[in-house]
Amino acid sequence: MDYFLTEQQKTIKDLARRLAEERILPIRSELDEKEEFPWNIMKDLADADLFRVFVPEEYEGLGGGCLELCLVTEELSRVCSGVAVSYAASALGVMTVMEYGTEEQKKRFLPDIASGKKLGAFAITEPTAGSDASNIKTTAEKVEGGYLINGTKQFITNGGEAEIYTIIALTDKTKGARGASSIVVEKGTQGFTFGKKEKKMGIRSSATRELVFKNCLVPESNLIGKPGLGFIQAMRLFDRSRPGIGAQAVGLCQGALEAATDYAQERVQFNQPLITQPVVQQMLADMAIQTEAARALVYAAAKYVDSGAKNVTETSAMAKVFASDAAMKVTVDAVQICGGAGYMRDYPVEKMMRDAKILQIYEGTNQILRNAIAVNLRKRKARTA
Amino acid sequence: MNIIVCLKQVPGTTAVKIDPQTNTLVRQGIESIINPFDTYAVEEAVRIKEKLGGKVTVITMGPPQAETALREAISRGADEALLLTDRAFGGADTWATARTLAQTILKLKPYDLIICGRQTIDGDTGQVGPEMAEMLGIPFIAYVSQVEEISNNKIRVRRMIEEGHEVIEAELPALITVAKEINLPRLPSLRGISRSKSARIPAWGVAELCIDAATVGLSGSSTQVIKIFFPQRVSQAEILTGNPENQVDKLIDKLKGASLV
Repeated sequence: MDYFLTEQQKTIKDLARRLAEERILPIRSELDEKEEFPWNIMKDLADADLFRVFVPEEYEGLGGGCLELCLVTEELSRVCSGVAVSYAASALGVMTVMEYGTEEQKKRFLPDIASGKKLGAFAITEPTAGSDASNIKTTAEKVEGGYLINGTKQFITNGGEAEIYTIIALTDKTKGARGASSIVVEKGTQGFTFGKKEKKMGIRSSATRELVFKNCLVPESNLIGKPGLGFIQAMRLFDRSRPGIGAQAVGLCQGALEAATDYAQERVQFNQPLITQPVVQQMLADMAIQTEAARALVYAAAKYVDSGAKNVTETSAMAKVFASDAAMKVTVDAVQICGGAGYMRDYPVEKMMRDAKILQIYEGTNQILRNAIAVNLRKRKARTA
Repeated sequence: MNIIVCLKQVPGTTAVKIDPQTNTLVRQGIESIINPFDTYAVEEAVRIKEKLGGKVTVITMGPPQAETALREAISRGADEALLLTDRAFGGADTWATARTLAQTILKLKPYDLIICGRQTIDGDTGQVGPEMAEMLGIPFIAYVSQVEEISNNKIRVRRMIEEGHEVIEAELPALITVAKEINLPRLPSLRGISRSKSARIPAWGVAELCIDAATVGLSGSSTQVIKIFFPQRVSQAEILTGNPENQVDKLIDKLKGASLV
């Protein structure tokens, strides 16, 4: 399939693939086993300018957008989804600054993200606020000299490793979600510490930690946009970042499809390679169809986001839901084709299957996103009725 | 600091065929890569430049398509490149190659350091580096595994020897050849790739080098390849038969016969 990518986009995709194969592949099972944050890989990504692809040129980026971010994420995820999410989460950490930040804020935070000198992270989830994202309790009280933050964020990707955090906190407790604001907090700020590192089923090389704020004072200049718009900004952010999760899923699909095909070609049973069995052929064909369909939808959604379209909620939700469901199905089938070997940690597909599950959960569970899609269908019906 | 790196484009596979007529490698349809040892040379040069400033110039002698190897080196951090290409350079042995490169380097003066890979993976001679240093009359250190210290007029390196390593200091300008232990070459960067696409790479021939055509290429070579052939595989294994006890007895007899036990 040809998606008519530009020369630059092809170059980005090729380079990401090369980096994944040369640098990540040799150590991916070790990263998974040791649950070690892949700092060396982050350095390689930085040296290759791959953190620049999603940052505007004025801030030392290369001026790409959602599609460029997706291409890199897909290629990294084809080899290791844990590395891919650590990369993409850095973008998530500064996308609110890119969209709503002042010139001063962009100059302050974006160049270091573009160069890969610092990583970013985004934090909304709390013990009481998962799918019910508006039920956050963390507060940012306006005091003299800025905002005083108190509360705990949970399950934060890149937590502890990132330097720049965009968090959602209540600047007006009385207004609920309408009192929420986006605020940047830098690592090292007094009163900002990290909880334990979570032990996860998959994407184990990525770091997931609690962020703990105890009377953490940040200057007023760290507030992004107007107070009270945090929740809307976060929802807008996810609308634009979800194709990235889709891309992570497409990469996993591709990796699992390739691993299963290779295995089916080599493995001989009943004196024949497995791939000559019609039942295996049917499974592989279905996996290939799911993978390509997911890729087509993710690229289309990413391009739609990059077009500057106003309402991308539905499209990006569809891309995330479809691709992540495909990744779950394709990786389960990859393990099935590889049989007993596929269940062993010596083969990559069991890791891929573990890595796939989170994609149906984070950045909006697939159930919540189906709700969002359905709500839009009903609205449209109501409008035309 | 002006650093010159000499590199070679080589076939990216060991499954090469030999043309029986010309006794040379058949290069058509085979992917070409930068000689892997030379990528360590490029990386070390770029690291030294990043530390001390200056520029890295990569040069190669080869057919016009060797330009892609130079562009790849630019995408990995080299600043300038020069291609030596001329029909007259064809068929050169290591002596004629070193002569051509040395003449080029004299034209590129001033320079502080020349870095080459320890050998190529196709010719495997490891001679061009040392020959160039002799021709240029500068210090030469081979199999360098670490640059311990470098300043504007001195270099101190670790060099691998069979029993361990030596630490050697030399005055600059000097020539070193590097081993793969020296670094892990970076991948190309996106900005490097875009720079490499637009880089203007001059191509020099006999005329630009002001060199007598009779002293380069095949006619300037002091050695000639008469024949290249694959060695015949001769299997000398002997398979013992019989039941295990029998086989063991036969084996012991043989070992005793050869005075090995």
